[in-house]
Amino acid sequence: MADLLETDQPLLIADSLSKSYGRIAACRDVSFSLYPGEVLAIVGESGSGKSTLLQLLSGQLAASGGHVSYRMRDGVTRDLASLGEAERRLLFRTDWGFVHQDPAQGLRMAVSAGANVGERLMAVGWNHYGRIRESASDWLTRVEIDVARIDDAPRTYSGGMRQRLQIARNLVTGPRLVFMDEPTGGLDVSVQARLLDLLRNLVAELHLAVVIVTHDLAVARLLSHRVMVMKGGRVIETGLTDQVLDDPREPYTQLLVSSILPP
Amino acid sequence: MNAPAYNFAYLDEQTKRMIRRAILKAIAIPGYQVPFASREMPMPYGWGTGGVQVTAAILGPQDVLKVIDQGSDDTTNAISIRKFFAKTAGVATTTSTDHATVIQTRHRIPEASLHESQVLVYQVPIPEPLRFLEPRETETRRMHALAEYGLMHVKLYEDIARFGHIATAYAYPVKVNARYVMDPSPTPKFDNPKMDNCPALQLFGAGREKRIYAIPPYTQVVSLDFEDHPFEPYRFNAPCALCGAEDSYLDEIVTDDKGSRMFVCSDTDHCEGRQAAGHRGALSAAPYKDKAQGEANG
Repeated sequence: MADLLETDQPLLIADSLSKSYGRIAACRDVSFSLYPGEVLAIVGESGSGKSTLLQLLSGQLAASGGHVSYRMRDGVTRDLASLGEAERRLLFRTDWGFVHQDPAQGLRMAVSAGANVGERLMAVGWNHYGRIRESASDWLTRVEIDVARIDDAPRTYSGGMRQRLQIARNLVTGPRLVFMDEPTGGLDVSVQARLLDLLRNLVAELHLAVVIVTHDLAVARLLSHRVMVMKGGRVIETGLTDQVLDDPREPYTQLLVSSILPP
Repeated sequence: MNAPAYNFAYLDEQTKRMIRRAILKAIAIPGYQVPFASREMPMPYGWGTGGVQVTAAILGPQDVLKVIDQGSDDTTNAISIRKFFAKTAGVATTTSTDHATVIQTRHRIPEASLHESQVLVYQVPIPEPLRFLEPRETETRRMHALAEYGLMHVKLYEDIARFGHIATAYAYPVKVNARYVMDPSPTPKFDNPKMDNCPALQLFGAGREKRIYAIPPYTQVVSLDFEDHPFEPYRFNAPCALCGAEDSYLDEIVTDDKGSRMFVCSDTDHCEGRQAAGHRGALSAAPYKDKAQGEANG
């Protein structure tokens, strides 16, 4: 019953979000609700406002209009703009994750993998080296990184390993919502496939809500339940993933879907 | 035209007032780095321009000044700063920790316990404890403001992961008054426990970085650590070769190119005091004193 209530209410609500840079409107009137355990893909070409929307949702950018509300762990839904900076940063370190396209942005490249994973734990007050290390090695195993490399800096890791490390670093505090910005960008196809497989399992296992920005429709098809198609800062089409990708309604979506090269 | 070329203790009164305001603010918020308009001093950065400005601002004609450099009263830096204030302020100087009212120090805290009427002035090269992990000043300030100090433990974690123990031996981060994490300047971590609940006022001046911070008397200062890797002060496992002290911080001195070395007290005043009181180490050098002492002791 409690579980039902838990999944019954939206986790994240965007209410007519807009952002303009001077006269340029990067994002116009975007509204949606995201439920716990739901994966929402935002697709569109470069410059369509995907990344701006992601930054608005994660509170990194102040919206010019509209609101983002989030249901906190205590069950109260609050407007992100009403949170203090300390609360927002705490949310970012605990209940949220943010996976950057470039792992160098999301990792500390000069400190060891173990410390990278452990940083969030230490930030919320873990003070026992043994337990932090145990948790770090546990997470490295879960993202298929050899535990023997726990003391190596991510500088020495391959691109795919770095991305998996970044995911482990974000998931260690058990977040409920993860933002991903092109998590498979810049990886070769076989590594991409492995990462997507891993992500899909973790998302299902941990019942994560995910907002994933991608221009790769294959990623959207594989991971997401719902898709939002953006163009010129507007959401032009939204619906279940297979519905949008197999039966696109808007001309632009049709163009997008048809421009995938046949395998 | 017999006006003196400069004011008492070199700095002009307006500058001193500015520095004193920064000091008062620093004392009011223990461990918080207060920006101040650091002046150019007649010495290069890295030679204690921050400490000298703080000393100049608090010095009065009745004060007795002691200056130490790595514990020693007789190295270049210590002597030149001592002479500087003897000349510009005409204050009495001493090498005795006990008699001094103002002690300017580079990277040591004297062995003798300090008392309430003393002020310890530290020379600080880099005041920001988070600097080497977070290069952005805007970000470190925000982290201090929000007391987000997880990153400090990342550094300690790295030490243990690499060396098996917390290998940071100096500039060991402390938390002051259960609020601000502070860099105690590059003092050895051996000295960290002396900062806790210290009866003397401790002032820190960073000239190049333009920051002043302070620990008021009797303030709690805790060295950061992990539950399973607690903070441990480090000292070479040897007695002082000159005075035989077992509890003082030691310098390692290489005596030839065949690997011989001796360990002596870093605090020269402490060591000389002990030798004068008849304590002897294995290598009691300083024959001129030995002779005097030897005769006295019969």
